[in-house]
Amino acid sequence: MSAATDPALAIDASGVARRFGTSWVLRGATLRVHSGEVVGLLGANGSGKSTLLRIFSTLLRPHAGTVQVWGHDAVRAPHAVRSLVGYLSHSPGLYDDLTARENLLFAASMLGRDPRDVDVALDRVDLLDAADRRVRGLSAGMQRRLALARLLLVRPRLLLLDEPYSNLDPDGILLVNSLIGEWAAEGAAALVVLHELAPARGVLHRTVSIRDGRIVAAPHIHAGARLDGPVAVSSR
Amino acid sequence: MTLRQEWRRARAIAWKDLTTERRSKAGFNGVITLAVTILVLFGFALGPDAQALRDAAAGTVWLAALFAGVLAFNRSYQVELDGGALEQLVLYPGSRRSIFAGKLLANFAFVALMLVVVVVVGIVLFQVRIPPAWPTLVGILLLGAIGLVTLGTFYAAMASRSRAREVLLPLLLFPMLVPVLLAAMEATKALLGGNVMGDAGAWARLLAGFDVIFLLATFLAFESVIEV
Amino acid sequence: MTHVAEMGSVSVARASRWSLFGWFAFLFLIASQGIAIAISPPDRDMGDLQKIMYVHVPAAWMTMLAPLAVLLFGIRYLWKRREEDDLLAAAAAEVAATFAGLTLLLGMLWARPTWGVWWTWDARLTSTLVLFLILAGYLSLRALIDDREQRAQWSAAVGVLGAINVPIVYMSVRWWRTIHQIQSSPSTVDPAYVLGLRLNAFAFLFVMIWFIRRRYEAATMERAAERAAESTALGGGRAEP
Repeated sequence: MSAATDPALAIDASGVARRFGTSWVLRGATLRVHSGEVVGLLGANGSGKSTLLRIFSTLLRPHAGTVQVWGHDAVRAPHAVRSLVGYLSHSPGLYDDLTARENLLFAASMLGRDPRDVDVALDRVDLLDAADRRVRGLSAGMQRRLALARLLLVRPRLLLLDEPYSNLDPDGILLVNSLIGEWAAEGAAALVVLHELAPARGVLHRTVSIRDGRIVAAPHIHAGARLDGPVAVSSR
Repeated sequence: MTLRQEWRRARAIAWKDLTTERRSKAGFNGVITLAVTILVLFGFALGPDAQALRDAAAGTVWLAALFAGVLAFNRSYQVELDGGALEQLVLYPGSRRSIFAGKLLANFAFVALMLVVVVVVGIVLFQVRIPPAWPTLVGILLLGAIGLVTLGTFYAAMASRSRAREVLLPLLLFPMLVPVLLAAMEATKALLGGNVMGDAGAWARLLAGFDVIFLLATFLAFESVIEV
Repeated sequence: MTHVAEMGSVSVARASRWSLFGWFAFLFLIASQGIAIAISPPDRDMGDLQKIMYVHVPAAWMTMLAPLAVLLFGIRYLWKRREEDDLLAAAAAEVAATFAGLTLLLGMLWARPTWGVWWTWDARLTSTLVLFLILAGYLSLRALIDDREQRAQWSAAVGVLGAINVPIVYMSVRWWRTIHQIQSSPSTVDPAYVLGLRLNAFAFLFVMIWFIRRRYEAATMERAAERAAESTALGGGRAEP
C-alpha cells in the first residue's frame, strides 16, 4: 500500500475483502491502475468481478482493505469518488417507459450537463434515429449503447465496465473499443470485466484475473481460451 | 451543490417519476380505481343506514386514500429497482436529499389528485352534503397528503428493497401515521359536519405542525436509508 | 463501523457488577411490591383490584421511557457508526415492546372487572397500543434484513423516527379523546397510593435497565460468535480492523 496517496493512480486498492453472509467473495484483492491504462479483469462466474467493480464505484463498502480512486478514499469520501467514476453495470439502469432521449435528458439534468450534449451523445453511439423510441422497445444491444451514451455525459476519469461487450454486434464492439480508446487518450483509466478476451484485444494494456477472491496477473491468453479452466499464473 | 442545482435535480426526478407513472399501463388509473373500490367495500361494511354512512364518511375517505396510497409509494421505488436504475441514481453527484425531494413532489401530486377524486366519490356514495367551507376542506386534504406522502416516501425507500415489501411498508407506516390520520380525519369530520364546534382549525394547525416535524426528520434521515 | 471487538469476553469485574445490580433490582422490586400492597387500603370502587396499578402504571411509564434509549442510541449510531449503539438500541426496543405488552395485558385485566369491557379507547392505553405496533414494525424490519450494516443503519433511522413519534402519538390521541368529551379513566391518584407507585416506578426502572443490559450482552456474544465464524471462513487471521 502506498504510504502517500499517488494521484496519478486511478485505482489504488489494497487488501479489499467483502463477504456476503458468512462466505467471503473477495479475500484481499490488491490492484493498481494508472492514468490512461485499460485493464481487463477476468474470472470465473461468481468470482467477485462485479463485486470488486461495485466496491470501486462506491456502491458497496469493503469489509476490509482500502480503496483510493484518484487519491480519494472510496469509503470516507464517496462523493468525491462518484464525481470521477463512470459505472456500466450488467443491467442497463434505464427507465423503460421513457424514450432514449428522455433518459439522457434526465441524466443530463442530474449531472448538470447542457441538454444539447444529449443529441451529441446519441449521435456518437448511433442512436439518433431511435432517440424517440421508448427504452422498453429497444434491443439489448441498443440499450447498451444508450448506457454508453450516458457515460459520455458523465465524462468519467475512471471507467468501470462490467461485461460491456455482451449482446453487442460487431459494430457495437467497435464502438465500445473506440470509446475506451478516446477516454484513455484523455488520461482516464478503465477497468473492464470480461468473459472472453477476443473483443477487447485491441484496446487492453494488460489483464488480471480473480482467483479465490484475490487478484493475480494473467499472462497473455490466446483468443477463445476457456476462462474457468486452469490458467498459468506468474507469481507477482 | 447549490440550492438551485438541487432544486433542478429534484424537479427532474419528479418529472421522471410522474412521466413513467403516467405511461405505465397500470399506474394512476389502477390506484384510483382501487381507492374507489375500497370506498365501496366500506360502504357495504357500514351501511346502508344513511346516518351511519354520513358519520363514517370522513374516516373512510382517508383510509381508502391510505390503502391505495401505499401502492403508489412502493411503486415510486419499483421503477428504479426494475432496470437497476437505482444504482445509477445514487451515483449521480449531489445530495440524496434532492432524490427525496423529487420523489416527495411526485408522490404528493399523485396522492393529492387521488384524494380529491376519493373525496368527491365519497361525498356522493356516503350521502354527505358539500360543506360551505369546501376551500378549507381542500386545504385539509393537502395538509394531510403532505403528512401521508412524507412518511410514505421515506419508509418505502426501505420497504421496497426488502424481501417482504407488501407487508413491511404498511407495518412500518401505519402506526407512524396515527397522529396525521387522526388530525386529518377529525378536521375533515368537523368540516363535513359544518364545523359546529370550530375544531377544524385547531386540528388543521396540529396537522401542519406534524407535517413540519416529519418533513424535517425524514429529510435528515433519508441519507441513511437510500445508501448501502 | 467499529466492531464489538472485545465484547465476546466481558470482563469478570464488569459481569459481577451487573449481576449484583440484577439481584439488587429484583429484591428492590419484591420489596416495593410488598410495601405497596401492604400499606395501601382497598380502593372505594375497585377494591383489591387496585393493587394491579402497582405493576400496570410503572410498566406504562417504562414503556414511555425505553423509546428514549432507542432514540439516543440510534442517534449516536448514525453519528459514530459504532456497532455497540446498534445492539443497545435493539435491546432497548425489545424490552420496550415487552413492557408495552405487559401494560396492555394488565390494562385489559383491570378494565374487564372495572368497566365490563376488555378494551377502552383510553388515551394512555391506546397510545401504548400504537407504540407497541411501532416497536413491532421496528423489530420486523430488523428480522428481515440480513446485511449487518444495512440493518443497523435502517434500524437507527426507523428507531429515531419512531421514538420522536411517541409523544406526538400520545398527544394527538389524548386530544382526540378530549374533543369527543368522553369520560377519561380516573387519572388522579389518591395520595395513599403515591408512595407505592413511586417505589415501584424506581423498581421497574432498575429492572428495565438490567433487562436491557442482559439483552445487549446476549447480542454481543452472538456477534462475537459470528465474527469468529467469519474469520474461520476467511482462513484464519483477522480481516477486519
